[in-house]
Amino acid sequence: MSTETVDKPVKQESEALLSKRRKKIVSDPLNDDNPITIQVLGICSALAVTTQMKPTMVMSIAVIFVIVFSNLSISLIRKAIPNRVRIIVQLAVIATLVTLVNEVLKAFAYDMYKELSVFVGLIITNCIIMGRLEAFALGNKPYDSVLDGLGSGLGYAWIILAVAFFRELFGSGAVFGFEVFEAIGFSKEGWMGVDYQANGIMVTPVGAFFILGLIIWVQRNKTGYVEH
Amino acid sequence: MQQSNSYIIIFSVILTVVLGGLLAATSVGLGPIQQKSVELDTKKQILGAVMDVDSDMDVLATYEKVIQSEVVDYQGNIVTENSEGNEIVAEDVNVEKEFEKAPEDRLYPVFKFFGKNGGEEIESYILPVYGNGLWDNIWGYVALDTQGKTIKGAVFAHAGETPGLGARITESEVQKRFEGKELYNDQGELVSVKMLKGENNPPSKLDAHHVDGMSGATITGNGLNAMLENYFSHYKSYFNKKGATASL
Repeated sequence: MSTETVDKPVKQESEALLSKRRKKIVSDPLNDDNPITIQVLGICSALAVTTQMKPTMVMSIAVIFVIVFSNLSISLIRKAIPNRVRIIVQLAVIATLVTLVNEVLKAFAYDMYKELSVFVGLIITNCIIMGRLEAFALGNKPYDSVLDGLGSGLGYAWIILAVAFFRELFGSGAVFGFEVFEAIGFSKEGWMGVDYQANGIMVTPVGAFFILGLIIWVQRNKTGYVEH
Repeated sequence: MQQSNSYIIIFSVILTVVLGGLLAATSVGLGPIQQKSVELDTKKQILGAVMDVDSDMDVLATYEKVIQSEVVDYQGNIVTENSEGNEIVAEDVNVEKEFEKAPEDRLYPVFKFFGKNGGEEIESYILPVYGNGLWDNIWGYVALDTQGKTIKGAVFAHAGETPGLGARITESEVQKRFEGKELYNDQGELVSVKMLKGENNPPSKLDAHHVDGMSGATITGNGLNAMLENYFSHYKSYFNKKGATASL
């Protein structure tokens, strides 16, 4: 019996816009390959900006914007980028996009700009973005790279939003500035002998470590991920 | 594939021109909007020292109605022209740039508040303050009574304090702690108002010259204390002169 194999013609042109592979590109970083909890990247900003929901939300949007468009730009010019200077090219693209975000915030959301401009500037050093450019955008087509950026950005966003939710809730007793504990009766004057004392440790980066640790623990318990 | 040096140089030049052009266009395009945002923010901060500024308030119109301004020097004399003969406008004085000069050479803007409905008499004086926080500069506006002795309100802002810690100086709850505090002791010496270390200090420590601190932000608090003390002493001669003319 011959062992000859028949090569199936590879269909490259007609892949569906949201094929199974592409859905996986977006969904993987949300859980199984999360940039923060699995790859353990972007931790600095996860600790720094997550004291309140509102700035965290703006930071998430900024990072998603930068990661999607830097992935797209690098993927578009990936064949022209000289290998020897590719890191500098990536940095230049990221820095340009970050500066654009900063300028737009300054013009249209000045309050947010005042609160976040230091951290927005630090998106340049967010390893998630550089990591995606090196690992994905340099070797894949633009559309796939956009999806990959979107997935990684959203994966980053939901983790820092979750951390911010618990930190703001327990640290300031509020969510998006809305005083939750006061609304349900735990006022400073006391309710049936109970009052809510803001938990000071939650506003410090230590609190973020605790919550991040808990999220990683729960997630690895569910997905069965083990670090090798 | 290894590219030649000239390819790399040409690629870098083109990339620089494209990215630089993009940034320049954005900066030029958004410049006027940013300038308006900054101006609006400054007026919002000045008004914030004496009244609640809601999001639906017409800040510019209210400002026109209730605030008059002047600029004084270290000796408390009113300055209207600079050395080149150009008019000096208090709103245009860049307190950040002035902060870099020696205190004796600085210009000091004074914003006079005529009541919420813009009456005839001055209700309070709003003074800009500027100093160093933990990571970057901090600044603000402090409203004093007509004698320049009691704080009637304060707003503070920062460039890079830690959110949730030092950045809490922008919260109204922290700013309200300064209301009613006295700058001078019984002997008439300037003792300023100091923020204590740590939060929830016992009421015995919170006298007329001390406010409760911010947990985890002692250095920002110290910066705030230094900033207030400096600027209150710089404006002292202005109020002394005012007091002298009032008692004539």
